[in-house]
This record gives sequence, C-alpha cells and structure tokens, in this order.
Amino acid sequence: MKRIDHAEASSHFIAEKENEAFHDKRLWDLRMKRDGQRDDVPEWSELRDLASAIKEHTLTHLSDYLLQFEENAKKNGAYVHWALDAEEHNRIVHEILADHKAKTLVKSKSMLTDECELRPYLARRGVDVIETDLGERIQQLDDEPPSHIVVPAVHKLRGDVAEVFARTLDSDPANDDPHYLSEHARITTRPYFLNAEAGMTGGNFAVAETGAVVVCTNEGNADLSATVPPLHIASIGIEKVIPRTEHVAVFVRMLSRSAVGSPITQYTSHFRKPPDGGELHIILVDNGRSERLGMEEFWTSLKCIRCGACMNTCPVYRRSGGLSYGGVYSGPIGIILNPTTDMRKYSNLPFASTLNGSCTAVCPVKINIHEQIYQWRRILSEHNQLPFVKKAAMKVSGRILSDPKAYRRTLSATDAAMEHLPRFLLYTRFNAWGKQREVPITPDHTFHAWYLKNRGASS
Amino acid sequence: MNSREIILETVKRNQPRVAALPEVPLFDPHLPDPWRQFGENLQRMGGTLVEPSPDDGLASVIKALHPDAKIIASATPEIEGTKQLEGVGAPRNLSDVDVGVVRAAFGVAETGSVFLSDVDLGIRALGYLSQHLVVLLDPAEVVGNLHQAYHRPEFATASYAVLMTGPSATADIEGVLIHGAQGVRTLSVVARPVAVASQQAATNSQ
Repeated sequence: MKRIDHAEASSHFIAEKENEAFHDKRLWDLRMKRDGQRDDVPEWSELRDLASAIKEHTLTHLSDYLLQFEENAKKNGAYVHWALDAEEHNRIVHEILADHKAKTLVKSKSMLTDECELRPYLARRGVDVIETDLGERIQQLDDEPPSHIVVPAVHKLRGDVAEVFARTLDSDPANDDPHYLSEHARITTRPYFLNAEAGMTGGNFAVAETGAVVVCTNEGNADLSATVPPLHIASIGIEKVIPRTEHVAVFVRMLSRSAVGSPITQYTSHFRKPPDGGELHIILVDNGRSERLGMEEFWTSLKCIRCGACMNTCPVYRRSGGLSYGGVYSGPIGIILNPTTDMRKYSNLPFASTLNGSCTAVCPVKINIHEQIYQWRRILSEHNQLPFVKKAAMKVSGRILSDPKAYRRTLSATDAAMEHLPRFLLYTRFNAWGKQREVPITPDHTFHAWYLKNRGASS
Repeated sequence: MNSREIILETVKRNQPRVAALPEVPLFDPHLPDPWRQFGENLQRMGGTLVEPSPDDGLASVIKALHPDAKIIASATPEIEGTKQLEGVGAPRNLSDVDVGVVRAAFGVAETGSVFLSDVDLGIRALGYLSQHLVVLLDPAEVVGNLHQAYHRPEFATASYAVLMTGPSATADIEGVLIHGAQGVRTLSVVARPVAVASQQAATNSQ
C-alpha cells in the first residue's frame, strides 16, 4: 500500500479557503457545545471514570462477555455470525442477502461497514446499497469516503451539496438552501425504505446481559432501515460489548453530549428480538481488534465509543480535513487506530498532531490519545518507517538538542536569519513551518540571553 | 478452527490484566422537578409539549395539533384513529399515515425522552413512517435521569425499545438544524394521566 501523505493531501483542502474556514469554525462550535453540556452534568468527571472502568473491565473479560452476548442474542431469536476479517464480514452479509433474494439494502451509518468496504463488495455482486444518513448519502453520491465519523460531509458547504444533488438526484442546481436539500434527500430516499428487502445498521453497544444491540442516531433512518424491511442485519465490532443494561446509561449520557453537544441522540434504539415474521442477524466482527487487545500500549484504544470529540477539538484535524488522513478513521483517533491495520500506509499520520493533549482531555472514555500518538512515533522509528525528510531532520535536531552550546549557536543564527531573510527564502518547500501559515515574529533575545543579563550576575 | 473459535481464542490470549467492574450510582439525590425538566428538555430537542385541561377530549387535542391530517393510526385504545393497525400487514403499508398516536410507558426528565416499546407502538415502524407523532404521557411516569430509566422493568422485557427525543433531526449540511430528516417531522407529547384516560373511557362506554 502506498504511504498516505497527510501534509500533501491536506494542502488540497487548505486551498479551499471557504471550506477550510467553515470546517474549523463548525467543529470548534461542536466542541464548545460539548463543553456546555459537560458543565450541565455535575457528575461528568465521575461518569468519565465509570465509562473508562466499565470498558476496561469488559475488555479484560471480553471472551466471557462475547459468549454471554451470543447466548442471549440466540435465545432472543437472533442469528449470530462471527467474522474474522472484512472479507468474511462482507461474505456473510452477501450470503444473508442472497438467501433472502434481497437486491436492495437500505443502511444507516456504520464506520465498521466503511472499514470493511462493504458497499463496493456488494455493488460488484449486484446489490444496490443505499446510505440513508444524510451526510453519508452525500458522500456516497459524491463517491467520497466520510470525512468525519459523526458528521460525514462536514467538509462540504451547501453549494457543494447542491452540486452533488443536482448531478445525482435531479434537484434544482440553483437551490442550495439546506432545508430544500434535506427535504429532497427525504423524498428521494423514502421509496427505498418502502421497497428494500433488507436493512442494515451498525451498533453503538451490545449488551451481554440481554443480547440487545443499541443504536444511537438522529435522523430516524436507522430505525426505518431496521423496522420497515423484514430483514435487519446489524454489524458490530467485538469491542462494543458491555456487561449490563444499567451500563448503557453511563455511555448514552456522554455519547451525544461529547459528539455534538446534545443531551442525547433523537433515537436511542434497543434491538433485542426480531419483529413478528422478520429476521435479525448480528455479525460480530474482529478485523484486527483481538490482536490490538494484546498490544500493551494501544489496547485501550478499543474503549473508543466513536463520539468524534477528539476530532472536533484537534487543531490539525480542523485545519486539514478528514479526507487527508486517507483512512476510514481520521483525526486523533484515526491516528492511533489506522497504523494497527497497516503501519507503512499510515506511517505519516502520527505526525499530524501537535501532541497538545486536547484529544485526551475531551475523551469521554479517557483514552490517552496523545500519548498513544507519541508511542506510535517511537514504534515507527524503531521499525524504520519514518519518512526520509523527518528522519534527516530528526538526526540534525538530535545532534543539536543534545549539545547546549550547539543549540545556542543555532538559535541565535536562526533568529538573525529569520529577521533578515527575504520572504522567498523563508517560505520555501524546505521549511514545513512556513507552509500555509505565517512564521511568528521571534523575540529580541533568547530566554538564555535574558537570564544571563537579568539574573545571571546575582547568583 | 472456525472464525468464532479463532476470535475467542485470540481474545482470550490477548486479554490484559483483569480490571474490576465498578458500581454505577443512580446520581439521583438532588434532581430537579422531573415534569418541568422533562418539558424544557423536550422543547430544547425540538418536541412540543401539550398540557390540555382534563375536560378536553383527545380527539380535539389531536385535531388542534394537526387540523389537516387525513389518516390517523393509533396504537392506543384511548383513541380510534382512521386507519386500523390490525390487518395492516407489512410495515410499509403505514407509509400513508399522517399522524401516529401512541402512549409512552414513561418519560426521562434529563433528556426529554419518551420510552416506547413494541407493546406501545403496535408496529415498530409506526414511530418512524408516520409524518407526525403524538405521544401520550402520564406526568407521574417521568423518571429523573437515564440511570433511573435503565432500571425500569420495561427495559428488561421489551423486544424492541426506543428512547425517542423530539422529532427526527439532521444538521449534516453546514450545521443547519432541520427537523423532519427521515423519521417524523414533528413530535408532540400530550400530558394525559392514565386516570383521566380510563375515566373518559368509562364515560364513553356508558
């Protein structure tokens, strides 16, 4: 696989000035709304501790809880399937659809099915897959992956959506009113809900005690997908299991608050038994998760509940756009998830971070995201996966930073250079810090020079 | 070994050191008045709260909310509606319903949600294919927060259950909030104690 060049890819997004400015503002607004909700819940920090502890407990007893979930789901009349990898997941879905002679599948947003690349797999086998979440639908029609795990088309402006809909859904190209566009999506999607032979959802939680699959959504599309057609397939990563019904409360209280700053999603749906005359199939998917469980530094990334708070708060993500990460998961969580699937392909991602720790601070299940990003840098360098420019720069930095005299010499020389160099020399392709931003004005003296002058004599 | 055995085997081999399961408190000693908080949060989430006087008949309440509704389907015996759920057959046959009427088992003050199960919906899709939803709720049946909600016995028995909070919504285009995404366009909660409901039923049958 070709190495993803995050910096190069983000330059395309940064060139779209209006999109980038709006993206930055919109996601920061979500972060602020999240803060407002946090302040409304006095036990917020206790909830974070509980959520983290429940997840850690479950992951350290995962085989038992998976078995308990399977047993109860079967008792409920659901079919339970196990998929080792994406290929097997897709094959199982296709077999279930073929058994029911299903030609059309309405589905709600599921990062797992994106991870498995289910849509192209089914398309090649003649199944028409309709994404029904508005953002995911926009991305499907524009033949792009989602750029954000909660708001998939957040990098697009209304004009972009109007253009996509005019091209694919025959809407009025001159009308970019979001109300009109949403209504158009509703009207053109509805016939699919009514006529599809099968519906599909992901799952936010799977409750071992009851065998229930919990799905949290806002648009009503997940419940339409699951309750109108006679066949419901739910795909769930094995790390989504939690022990008991009472634990759902802890996560539901934080999921939507962390994601978009609303107290709960419009629909929190619990699927336990198939409806009369219908079928419920649950696919438990591994796809690398059981191996990640054994990675001492990274297993806690399996606690993730996919709220996207770390993305909304990340200055690099907000300025570079989700598509530049080149994987299904973007932003800070994508940086630590993607390299576990392909270290070489995603070897650039751990450098798309300032390590400021804001991601860790907002994570509702207390994943130490920025520390894991740092650990990935270390592992990549051990595996000799650092890109050449970074390696060369690190070597020079290492030499200079380990020698105080050399460091001071370099610093004053650089300061002098910054002051006197003409722009065309400062903003070159060799200076990554001068790309897409102004280099800050350097202070008159270094701290060291100031200290010697003001405090040095007295001691 | 099949995939199931491989996954379980790998999980077992890789499970980190054991971590304990914490007790989850109810966090409910200082909760505000549930009915008031329910109403505020419901409206914040785009829903409408209707508090009719005890003498108002349910039919007139629904008429006032949806004067142009032609097809009304009710899953509660408290009102008949114009389309019977019995014999509807496939859920897709509910696609012409203008207004669905259901009674919620309980509400949640913290979020403004109502709890609806298979039993309350009759047919699950009634809650989603209808253009509008009217939910009857006994103000005495509102719990303070989600911890209390998940301890309700209904959760243990329902084959399908939803915490529904306002109408369907999306903000996927430039963050502009739109109600009536794919599910219902409006959701109204009508305060109606079970006692009033049974009293009116008794009067009607006399």
